[in-house]
Amino acid sequence: MSPAIVKLIAQRLALGVLLLLAVSVLIFVGTQLLPGDVAQAILGQSATPEALANLRAELGLNEPAYLRYFDWLGGILTGDLGTALSNGQDISESLGKRLSNTLFLAMWAAIVSVPLAILLGLVAVQHRNGFIDKLISATTLTSISLPEFFIGYLLVYFVAVELQWFPSVSTVYDGMPFNERMSAIALPCATLTLVVLAHMMRMTRAAILNVMQSAYIETAELKGLSPFRVIFHHAFPNAIAPIVNVVMLNLAFLVVGVVVVEVIFVYPGMGQYLVDHVSKRDIPVVQACGMIFAAVYISLNIVADIVAIVANPRLRHPK
Amino acid sequence: MLELRTIPWSARIGLVLTFIFVFVAVFADLVAPYSNTEVVGDVWEPVFGDHILGTDNLGRDLLSRMIYGAQTTIFVAAMATALSFGLGSTLGFTAAVIGGLVDQAMSRAVDLLMAIPTLIFALVVLSVLPGTLIVLIMVMGILDSTRVYRLARAVAVDITVMDFVEAARLRGEGRVWIIFREILPNALSPLVAELGLRFIFAVLFLSALSFLGLGVQPPDADWGGMVKENKEGIVFGIPAALIPAAAIAMLAISVNLVADWILIRTTDLKGGRGNG
Repeated sequence: MSPAIVKLIAQRLALGVLLLLAVSVLIFVGTQLLPGDVAQAILGQSATPEALANLRAELGLNEPAYLRYFDWLGGILTGDLGTALSNGQDISESLGKRLSNTLFLAMWAAIVSVPLAILLGLVAVQHRNGFIDKLISATTLTSISLPEFFIGYLLVYFVAVELQWFPSVSTVYDGMPFNERMSAIALPCATLTLVVLAHMMRMTRAAILNVMQSAYIETAELKGLSPFRVIFHHAFPNAIAPIVNVVMLNLAFLVVGVVVVEVIFVYPGMGQYLVDHVSKRDIPVVQACGMIFAAVYISLNIVADIVAIVANPRLRHPK
Repeated sequence: MLELRTIPWSARIGLVLTFIFVFVAVFADLVAPYSNTEVVGDVWEPVFGDHILGTDNLGRDLLSRMIYGAQTTIFVAAMATALSFGLGSTLGFTAAVIGGLVDQAMSRAVDLLMAIPTLIFALVVLSVLPGTLIVLIMVMGILDSTRVYRLARAVAVDITVMDFVEAARLRGEGRVWIIFREILPNALSPLVAELGLRFIFAVLFLSALSFLGLGVQPPDADWGGMVKENKEGIVFGIPAALIPAAAIAMLAISVNLVADWILIRTTDLKGGRGNG
């Protein structure tokens, strides 16, 4: 790798770290400095003044905000996410297992949906403006209008309840046999795949079409190269960057979609954990989860940027 | 002129369905056979029994709940969309007109907001805010205005360099005039095309929040909240939760059909005016 690329990648990484820092400020401000009293919000209107004072002391609300922020940030950097208000448990401990559950689910959804979407995108390009292409774009229009829980509960209703192929509730536990675990995540995984598939496919189609319509492809065709050579030597290297970008954007989308899907299937992951603690107004947990979700989301976007730079020499020389 | 027969059939279906949804939502009190909270029968009575859509998890008439749910869903989503458009386009135009440091600062702030997934940030903020409708509309509108801001700014940047804006500047018009009298009328068609998509997003976003129990609070219900109320029935083979979920999908699809048609119309041939 040339030093120019290394420098560009280093710049992206530094930018990412800066962005994460800014996001941490935003999340902290969002949960701490909003109008109204956090202690009051947690305990409700009927709380006694003593209880309020106790909780304020416990939350450290009597200290200035910037000190609390640096305390919290320092904790995150050393892996200490604090303790949950609702049950006094250590957050890092309860999060670890849930994070790996969530990543496991998201990973399998990605393994299924990415190749499928690229394949279908290629099919759509092959039959451009034909019946299959029209069908695909109609499906896309429909599927971006469907809420995740509609797809999820349809699957539960027909596949889990009527056909009884897979369990409707995705219970997973430590030491679960691999095939049982796969059967448990089958439906959430299918839901996530359906949610992102259409979008990813449409964007893949657009990316490939964009490349196929460019002048150098026409030149390659006109000088009589075989279609195979045109696609693999001329079109493919140029289409990698946009396709990787599409995939990464959708993976980032997957990380968010996982929240609703986990609640549908009662899957013990990060999303479920976050939602439970939002309704309990357990702020330390919400902050930690928000930070982790944001970090995963930002990292995926940075990876997309870096892959694009490595795959496309034109991006190495910004104007 | 816009003639009825030139509207493609997909957009016609979309228009009719959207109109029905809005009509039902506006006249919910007249259309609904029962009240929102009245218990009229057993828990989870089947569809097409005494009650057309059956009853919900507490024995309330599902059709009436659906109709009142339409009112809440469409009202909150429409208010949030209006807020996001008002805020986003005003700020976007302002950034484009003033330019320089102000533009930089606003655009970077929007980048920062968009670096956090919308749903996650909404959950974080809703964990400390009270669960009222106004708060919900504010959170949804402000978070979504980042997208409108980007679009409005991009459109306005192209317009601000045009001669008529320059002319207005030279004759000494103020910024408010330039934003609302010069830029807004010329930026309207791409913004209107985006309006439908933002509304769909607001409907889906509200439904997701309510489904997670953080949107509209009971006993009021929007469609997402009704899915949450009835979801326990699914594993017993009771499809009550699928009905509001399907309604959300129907509303989103019909608005999408209309938005798609407007998008094609406005991107066709020079702003699409006068070519049906």
